[in-house]
Amino acid sequence: MRTVAVIGGSLAGLSAARALREQGYDGRIVVVGEEDLFPYDRPPLSKEFLAGKIEMAELALTTPTEDAALDLEWRLGDPATGLDRGARAVVLASGREVPADGVVVATGARARTLPGDLHGVHTLRTADDAVALRRDLVVSRRLVVIGGGFIGAEVASTARDMGLEVTVIESDPVPLGRVLGADLAATCAELHRDNGVHLITGEVVTGLAGNGRVSAVHLAGGRTEPADVVVVGIGAAPNVEWLAGSGIEHDHRGVWTDDAGATNVPQVVAAGDCAFSPCAYAGTAVRHEHWTNAVRQPAAAVSTLLGATPAPPTPPYFWSDQYGARLQFAGHRLPDDAVEIIDGDPADRRFVAGYRHNGELVAVFAMNQPKLFGRWRRQLSPRIVPAGLP
Amino acid sequence: MILVGSLDDIPLGEAVRVDAEVPIAVFNVDGELFAIDDTCTHQDASLADGWVEGCAVECPLHAACFDLRTGMPSGPPAKLPVRTHEVVVDDGVVYVRVTESVEAAA
Repeated sequence: MRTVAVIGGSLAGLSAARALREQGYDGRIVVVGEEDLFPYDRPPLSKEFLAGKIEMAELALTTPTEDAALDLEWRLGDPATGLDRGARAVVLASGREVPADGVVVATGARARTLPGDLHGVHTLRTADDAVALRRDLVVSRRLVVIGGGFIGAEVASTARDMGLEVTVIESDPVPLGRVLGADLAATCAELHRDNGVHLITGEVVTGLAGNGRVSAVHLAGGRTEPADVVVVGIGAAPNVEWLAGSGIEHDHRGVWTDDAGATNVPQVVAAGDCAFSPCAYAGTAVRHEHWTNAVRQPAAAVSTLLGATPAPPTPPYFWSDQYGARLQFAGHRLPDDAVEIIDGDPADRRFVAGYRHNGELVAVFAMNQPKLFGRWRRQLSPRIVPAGLP
Repeated sequence: MILVGSLDDIPLGEAVRVDAEVPIAVFNVDGELFAIDDTCTHQDASLADGWVEGCAVECPLHAACFDLRTGMPSGPPAKLPVRTHEVVVDDGVVYVRVTESVEAAA
C-alpha cells in the first residue's frame, strides 16, 4: 500500500493514523475531516470546557512535534462524500479526490436532533456546539435537558454549577436504566435530585414552543416546562450516508465490520463511533460510542488493513463525571444479568457493582471508587465470540 | 522534606497520596519506592488510584500510562510528563523531597 486515506478527523481517525505509524506503515497517510479543526478531545466539552474552565488549546489531541513525526496530510473542512471503488479514490465535498489503496472509515456519529428551528435549542457534539451552548447558558435562567443519558446529565451538572435552574426530562422510567439496570440507575438518578435538578421521568417530549426563540418544552399529557435554553441529548446517529453506492455494507446502525474491523470490501476497514461490529463482551454486534473504543478499535482495524493480527479485544469502557461523582462502567450489561454489590454501599455513593452471566463476571460499574474499579475491570469475561458480519 | 508515613503503610504494589503544594503519590514497586505528582497531566484523576504494572502506572480514568522512574507518558491521551520526586527512607519512615519546579524535573 502506498496511500492510506483515513476518513474522519477526530479521535478515531487520529488513533488510526497513529496506529498505522506504530505498526510500521511508512507510506502516505491522508486524513480527511469534516470539521476545520485538528483533532480535539470531546469529553471535556460537556464539563470543564462548557463551564469555561479550560480553553480550546487544552483540548488539542496532538502536539506539533507529534504531528510532524506522524507525517500526515490533512484535508480538513472538506468531508468525504463518496467512495469510488473503481477509481480507488475517496471523493470530497469540494470535488477533490484522494486516491488511496487502503481506507479507514472513521467518520463518527452526529447528535440526533428534534424537528424545528428555534434559537436556544442545542445539541452537544462538537467544539462549536459547546461554544454556542455556553454563550446561551451564561445569559439564561432555566435550562431543560431532553434525555437523561451521560451527555444530558453532564450538561445538567455543569449548568447547575453555573447557577441555572435545570430540568431533565427522560422518557424511560429511570435514566440510564437500559445501560445499568433499574437499581443502579436509580442510584445515579438520585444525583440529579440531590443537586437540585428537577428530574421528570417516563414522560415523552411532544414538541418545543417559542416564537423565534424557545420558551418551553411540551410533554405528552399537556404538561409544559418553561425554558430559556434547551439541550437535546437523545443519542447519536452514525455518519454513514456518504457510503451510499460504495458497495460497503452499512445501515442505520453503522458500517458493518467483522470483529477485526474488516468491512465486506477488501482494503477498507472501519472503526470508532461509525462502526457496527461484533463485540465479544456484548455477545452481539454493537456500535460503541465510547472514547476508549475510538482509541482501541482503530488500532485493531489498522492491523487488519496491514495484514497483521489485531490485539485481543478489551472490555468496552466508559466513564462520566457528574455532580462531583465519578461513574465508571466496563463490559456490557444484558437484561438477564444478575447484579450484586461487590464493595461499598450505594447509599454512600462509593461502591462497586458487578454483573454476572452464568456466574461469570461480565460487567462492572463503580461510583467514586476508581482504584477498585481498575482492579475489577481486568477480571471481566467475554460472553461469546460472535462470528462473521452482523 | 515531606513526611509520607511509615514504610509499613505502603504495601507492595500499593500507593499512598500525600498533600504537598500539589498532591504527590508514593508507589511501592517490589520494595522500591517512587514518588510522582499524583494528578494525571491529561485530566483530573489521582494516579495513586491507578493500576501499577512494572514501573508504570495507568491513570484510573483514561488509561494514560506514566513511567514511575521518569514521569514520562508512554502514549495518549497524556502529552506532558508528571514531576518525579526523590524518596528518602529513614529508620522505616518515608519522606519525599519535593522537586521545586517542573523545569527542575525536566
